[in-house]
Amino acid sequence: MSTNLAEPEVPVTASTDEFEREPVPQRKLKGWRSFIGMFAGEHAAGTEFAIGPLFVVHGVSAFDVVVGLLFGNLLAVLSWTFLTAPIATKTRITLYYQLEKICGPRLVNIYNLANGLMFCFLAGAMISVSATAVGIPFDMRMPLLNEWLPNSIGWVVAVLAVGAVISLVAAKGYETVARFANVAAPWMVLVFLACGLVSLSYFGVDSFSEFWTVAQEKIWTGNPLAGSSKFGFWHMVFFAWFANMAMHIGMADMSIFRYAKKWQMGASSFTGMYVGHYMAWIAASIMYAVQLDLNSENTAVAPGPMAYNALGLAGIICVIIAGWTTANPTIYRAGLAFQSLFPSWKRTRVTLLAGGLATAGALFPALVMQLLDFVALYGLVLMPMGTVIIVDHYFFKKYGLLDNLAEKTGIRFNVAAGFTWIATLALCLLANIFLGIEIFFLGLPAWFLAAFLYFGLSKMYQKKLNVA
Amino acid sequence: MILLAKIISYIGLGLTVVPSILLLFDGFDDLQYQMLAIVGMVLWFATAPFWINRTSEEEG
Repeated sequence: MSTNLAEPEVPVTASTDEFEREPVPQRKLKGWRSFIGMFAGEHAAGTEFAIGPLFVVHGVSAFDVVVGLLFGNLLAVLSWTFLTAPIATKTRITLYYQLEKICGPRLVNIYNLANGLMFCFLAGAMISVSATAVGIPFDMRMPLLNEWLPNSIGWVVAVLAVGAVISLVAAKGYETVARFANVAAPWMVLVFLACGLVSLSYFGVDSFSEFWTVAQEKIWTGNPLAGSSKFGFWHMVFFAWFANMAMHIGMADMSIFRYAKKWQMGASSFTGMYVGHYMAWIAASIMYAVQLDLNSENTAVAPGPMAYNALGLAGIICVIIAGWTTANPTIYRAGLAFQSLFPSWKRTRVTLLAGGLATAGALFPALVMQLLDFVALYGLVLMPMGTVIIVDHYFFKKYGLLDNLAEKTGIRFNVAAGFTWIATLALCLLANIFLGIEIFFLGLPAWFLAAFLYFGLSKMYQKKLNVA
Repeated sequence: MILLAKIISYIGLGLTVVPSILLLFDGFDDLQYQMLAIVGMVLWFATAPFWINRTSEEEG
């Protein structure tokens, strides 16, 4: 999962207010190193510690994890490279400004609300992750896999304390934390790796052939824990591909790649997908397998104790920092999204509101225990608007339709785009309920559905407006 | 000065990860590598802030 927010972090731009409504000028463009470093750091978030264990919970096999994630992460890199970066480097504007040009300010406000809420829940998961580390010195009982409600006073106090600190810091602005996150990122990535290696040593692995045997028999056994559904190869492929769907196919990372010197720099996302996601998820899986091997009753997906078992104090501090540095900008961004809806509210107030929502969500361990589904939902909800941008950019002029409709006609709500968004999500919900299609597999057909809907509806809508 | 800070930073990163590799080959016991990981963490956070953001901005 990423904290990869709508705006770039410090290495890409020093200010979050730069070029909000104008293309990034040539002199501000960045090279490969900026993007490679930023992706590696931003995709080693606190939530990675929770995602890896959930693969074990859902009984994936060793082959499913090792090969499925390899393939899925490659598809994610290709999506950034061939979908996001080319449009970003051509327009050099943010996702929000591009959406406003196509959809009009009213629809963008609704998008901001959805985005802000999703950010709050994502930050909530990160707060939960940090709380599991903060609770260790107090011998706090960690929520077990099937405990979806707050399970103790200790848990509530830990979450409220972490949530309060993160929200207050976010309300002060996020530049300082972003700089600290920049410092912490290389160390965190290596702590993830160290935790995985130490956990492997627990199983007595000291060669690749031993690793594969242990991987099949002790880590990813293919048997889900009681009460959990079974995941397979394609779950891994689609989860890895769509974990950041909002960012690549959903086009949120236009805001980042608008700074890229050339579109090929979209490939720099490989560091985030392989150093961050692939390695971190596998390491976290191994840590959880050690925990289950020590006590099969202990099903808690609690990154704090897992990291403590592996690396001691350094592990605890890593989990706290990983949760904090990623929740902080997420809450800040949620605040900005809400502020666009209530422009008269002070930023401090909306950021604290976002922090409060995130903390309230974090009280419920269900947010972490169901993190795989939430991550998939997050991408799916925002993806149709990215599809609108792609179709508008590549196909409208070619087929005689007016691109950037709202900018050129002055409409405040592009009905074709709005209906595309709602209809796509409604049909996905129906497919999930009545056809039983799992959320991980809805993203791909939904993309094509959104594309055809937007094109067809725009033909009718623009004819009605007499602009086509 | 920056060069010295960088060298110490990289030693800190090394102390974070190398003991865990050696652990696979029985080179360390639990307490030793956990202590080295703490020392590595302190070295990294004490020195990296002096150069890491500066490098990013200059590179940008």
